[in-house]
Amino acid sequence: MTSATDTHGGHDDHAHGPAKGLMRWVLTTNHKDIGSMYLWFSFIMFLTGGAMAMIIRAELFQPGLHIVEPAFFNQMTTMHGLIMVFGAVMPAFVGLANWMIPMQIGAPDMAMPRMNNWSFWILPFAAVMLISTLFMEGGGPNFGWTFYAPLSTDYSPPSTTFFIFAIHMLGISSIMGAINIIATILNLRAPGMTMMKMPLFVWTWLITAYLLIAVMPVLAGAVTMMLLDIHFGTSFFNAGGGGDPVLFQHIFWFFGHPEVYIMILPSFGIVSAIIPAFARKGLFGYTSMVYATASIAFLSFIVWAHHMFTVGIPLIGELFFMYATMLIAVPTGVKVFNWVTTMFRGSMTFETPMLFSIAFVVLFTIGGFSGLMLSIAPADFQYHDTYFVVAHFHYVLVPGAIFAIFAACYYWLPKWTGHMYDETLAKTHFWLSFIGMNLTFFPMHFVGLAGMPRRIPDYALQFANFNEISSVGGFLFGTTQFLFLFIIIKCIRGGEKAPAKPWEGAEGLEWSVPSPAPYHTFTTPPDVK
Amino acid sequence: MSQSDKGESDQKTLSVAQSARRTVIRSILVAIGMFGFGFAMVPLYNVFCQVTGLNGKTDPDPYLYKAAEAKADTSRDIKVQFVATRNAGMSWSFTPSTPQVTVHPGEPGVLNFVVKNPTDKPMVGQAIPSVTPFEATNFLHKVECFCFTTQTLQPGEERIMPLRIIVDQELPKHIKKLTLSYTLFDVTHLQ
Amino acid sequence: MRQQARSLFLLLAGSTASGSSLAEWEVNMTEGVTAVSRNIYGLHMTILMICVVIGVIVFGVMFYSIFKHRKSKGAVPQQFHESTLVEIAWTSIPFLILVLMAIPATKTLVDIYNTDEADIDIKITGYQWKWQYEYVGEDVSFFSNLSTPREEVTNVRTKNPNYLLEVDEPLVIPVGKKVRFLVTAADVIHSWWVPALAVKRDAIPGFINEAWTNIDVPGTYRGQCAELCGKDHGYMPIVVEAKSEADYEAWLVAKKEEAEKERELTDKVWSMEELMARGEQTYNKVCAVCHQVNGTGMPPLFPALKGSAMATEASQIAAHVDIVVNGKKGTAMQSFANQLSEVDIAAVVTYERNAWGNNTGEMVTPKEVMEYKKTGKYVEETAKQAMPAKQQASL
Repeated sequence: MTSATDTHGGHDDHAHGPAKGLMRWVLTTNHKDIGSMYLWFSFIMFLTGGAMAMIIRAELFQPGLHIVEPAFFNQMTTMHGLIMVFGAVMPAFVGLANWMIPMQIGAPDMAMPRMNNWSFWILPFAAVMLISTLFMEGGGPNFGWTFYAPLSTDYSPPSTTFFIFAIHMLGISSIMGAINIIATILNLRAPGMTMMKMPLFVWTWLITAYLLIAVMPVLAGAVTMMLLDIHFGTSFFNAGGGGDPVLFQHIFWFFGHPEVYIMILPSFGIVSAIIPAFARKGLFGYTSMVYATASIAFLSFIVWAHHMFTVGIPLIGELFFMYATMLIAVPTGVKVFNWVTTMFRGSMTFETPMLFSIAFVVLFTIGGFSGLMLSIAPADFQYHDTYFVVAHFHYVLVPGAIFAIFAACYYWLPKWTGHMYDETLAKTHFWLSFIGMNLTFFPMHFVGLAGMPRRIPDYALQFANFNEISSVGGFLFGTTQFLFLFIIIKCIRGGEKAPAKPWEGAEGLEWSVPSPAPYHTFTTPPDVK
Repeated sequence: MSQSDKGESDQKTLSVAQSARRTVIRSILVAIGMFGFGFAMVPLYNVFCQVTGLNGKTDPDPYLYKAAEAKADTSRDIKVQFVATRNAGMSWSFTPSTPQVTVHPGEPGVLNFVVKNPTDKPMVGQAIPSVTPFEATNFLHKVECFCFTTQTLQPGEERIMPLRIIVDQELPKHIKKLTLSYTLFDVTHLQ
Repeated sequence: MRQQARSLFLLLAGSTASGSSLAEWEVNMTEGVTAVSRNIYGLHMTILMICVVIGVIVFGVMFYSIFKHRKSKGAVPQQFHESTLVEIAWTSIPFLILVLMAIPATKTLVDIYNTDEADIDIKITGYQWKWQYEYVGEDVSFFSNLSTPREEVTNVRTKNPNYLLEVDEPLVIPVGKKVRFLVTAADVIHSWWVPALAVKRDAIPGFINEAWTNIDVPGTYRGQCAELCGKDHGYMPIVVEAKSEADYEAWLVAKKEEAEKERELTDKVWSMEELMARGEQTYNKVCAVCHQVNGTGMPPLFPALKGSAMATEASQIAAHVDIVVNGKKGTAMQSFANQLSEVDIAAVVTYERNAWGNNTGEMVTPKEVMEYKKTGKYVEETAKQAMPAKQQASL
């Protein structure tokens, strides 16, 4: 009980329930409030980035220029990537972490509640700044989400400065979020909750948080160097002044590769909670799951140059990065085998969270296969920067991150709202998303192999048919997400009352508190056996 | 709850808060350290490039050539090609006097590059060398090169810039042809 | 607006301008026409098959469980959570498969990196948004621009089968020879890629990269820039024509003669009509990507020329010649001194000063441009035959 009041500092009067009105949300230090705000913010960004994807798919529906000019098309691909990565996926995971980590480890709140409030409230301002660049003279960032120099320095639009500040703010927000999560997990676990008893979602988030504090500052360094190059006459990335454009790529991908694991590791945790719950059988190989996650995180630091096989790296470097990258398949394989074995001889039911989790396992594995193909350096000379790569990373990110987030939302919605969601509608959402996603991204493998480069607004005729299919799939996937919004709102406003533990096979401390979870939980630490 | 229980739990909470704060401080230090590491990658990368010849980056300093030590390896002929690129926006003309020289390892090769500033403004240029194959980068020495410094040309001025190179005797046997590329950049705005 | 409505209609109608042929359903990587490309194809198919087999096994077990071990069929969960033996097995077996896969991959990679003993060296320079090819030691050098007409891009005209994959001057190389490419760029990073050759190399400003090919079969092979390089990244294709050695030699000779003729043209006395005709051609090929065919540009990035002070005021002729010759620092306006001949520069400037109602009647001659390039000063040639203003208006 004391810990609850402590974390609230001077807001003792709030101890038993939320304040009223808008200021509740502005000043809140409650992990559940902040978690909800993160999730709503991320959903808004998901729709914004999605709208941009719709523009991209509409333009690519047929060869020829139809709807937008190439200059604007490039801004759309860039902003779509940036918003989905920094606005949608990462904040959604932080939101889930805020809601669930304290409840899963028996803590009353996050370790640094006021910092938590800050790290959220930076986000909307950063997002507004980033999106506002689209309306500035010369347009928004148009150099791809990877912003390779010198296209992003000497040849960039004037709005790049605002883009850099937006990235700084997003980075600071993620770092603060990550530090908070580390502090919470390391210090606020209930007595008896040893490290190796923690749910995998907590474990994967702990590792993710370490990745975040290790690489987000490197990204901040990279954009700072860009800023210096653009405005202060330095030559970090300008070959003419003694710098090196390739250096940018090394720094970027040193951040960028761990970043893609930042977007997938928490999903591993989510799926590792959901599959055992609906198979009514404990997770197979908990320990190996922890070690596999840690090895993936470690490997992520030594494989970055596989994004740069065509840059002109000496043979020995090329071989090193190829072998290291291939190795990632081993721990990733272990995870997939563990999930499948968890299902094997279980007693399965297929509620929506389970459907999304199964789709995650299948589709993420397909993305993993194409990743393995991409790791073969000589073959990458043909795959690199084609739609094959676009297909690959959308197969790991859409089912990998987004489907896992959907699964998590459905799984924990009863706990959050106290109501069951509409199962029929949710299953419709799943099937439409599943079909739409595959229809969009599977044909991209084909056009990529047939030779279509990525990031082009217009293409040769032989790519027309599959692009048409992709676009139809994209529109289906995009519009389906409004159904998700509807389901969530319906569930918040009412529905069948949810018991404390709505899923028969679910395990974990979060199910020991009533649904909806009271504003303050575990003010007295629970006993963990 | 008994008095002593409460005291104990208070003490415990305090220590939790303290250790949480310690974790936060440590994490912030890690983050700051990694921000510094991002910048440290710049010199690290340059050293790495020079050692491995990555990117064909050559040593920026002149090679100290001692005529007495250098014994030409007359058993081998090495072709050294020269290619010149003008970066976009660089309007100087820039050409090697000969596209290729053949030298023995250890024996200096000499040629000229001709530059001309056709504009009506004084301009500063910087030539950036790059060598292929990468493997050969550290075996192609420049004794005298216009790339060691920037070049300032007055309007209409033409300049003949000498280049003296030596191919190292240690050059791996399978390499018979080297390419030395120069890209000329307009660096007037950086001065 | 009407144009947009039309495109939207086409979009909704879902009509394909091209009809359907087998190539449009191409689902796999090309085998290509070199030993390296075939090796890569082989690697690609092997690893794909390995993935398919693993996928069938893993998903097979999974779907078996999904159908058999469901609660509705009365399945009772077994409780087993750990098996060191199994874990070791499924760690080491994939590892062994990877090692087996790494061996041929390494071999191919070593081969790709062996650029020794090349017969021909060609320097490839990427520009926004075109390629320059220089045959090292041959004094042959030219630019290769997209040749698809603008009307096809804007859907006014039916797209031809090589839409966006055609250039005005292709790279010509002989078959059966080891050709080494020296790849670099003059502005931002580009990437030179021809799938049939399995060559993809980044073109990086300030640095030189190398790659090589040895084509077996004569033919025309098409590719595209593979690294985002700005607005017209999608519009800088690559076309390689592989010819027999004799044809290649003949082409080389013809190319040199053509260059010689081009040089002679500078000394010719040009009439306004001739310059305007040539200027229109060159403008549409080189300048219209940014300044648009009708000269209206895309402000603020690409200023309009139609009615602009620079292209209409007599006092600005020198500035006009200067910006075309030397470019404008910090903008997309490149220096064309080394990309266009004196004739083309003169023609373009003349065209820009007289097209789209910019009826200045002023003419800039190749000799004036040559003089400007030499001295940096624009001195009007006395002998030139500018057109009377009256005649001009009817143009």
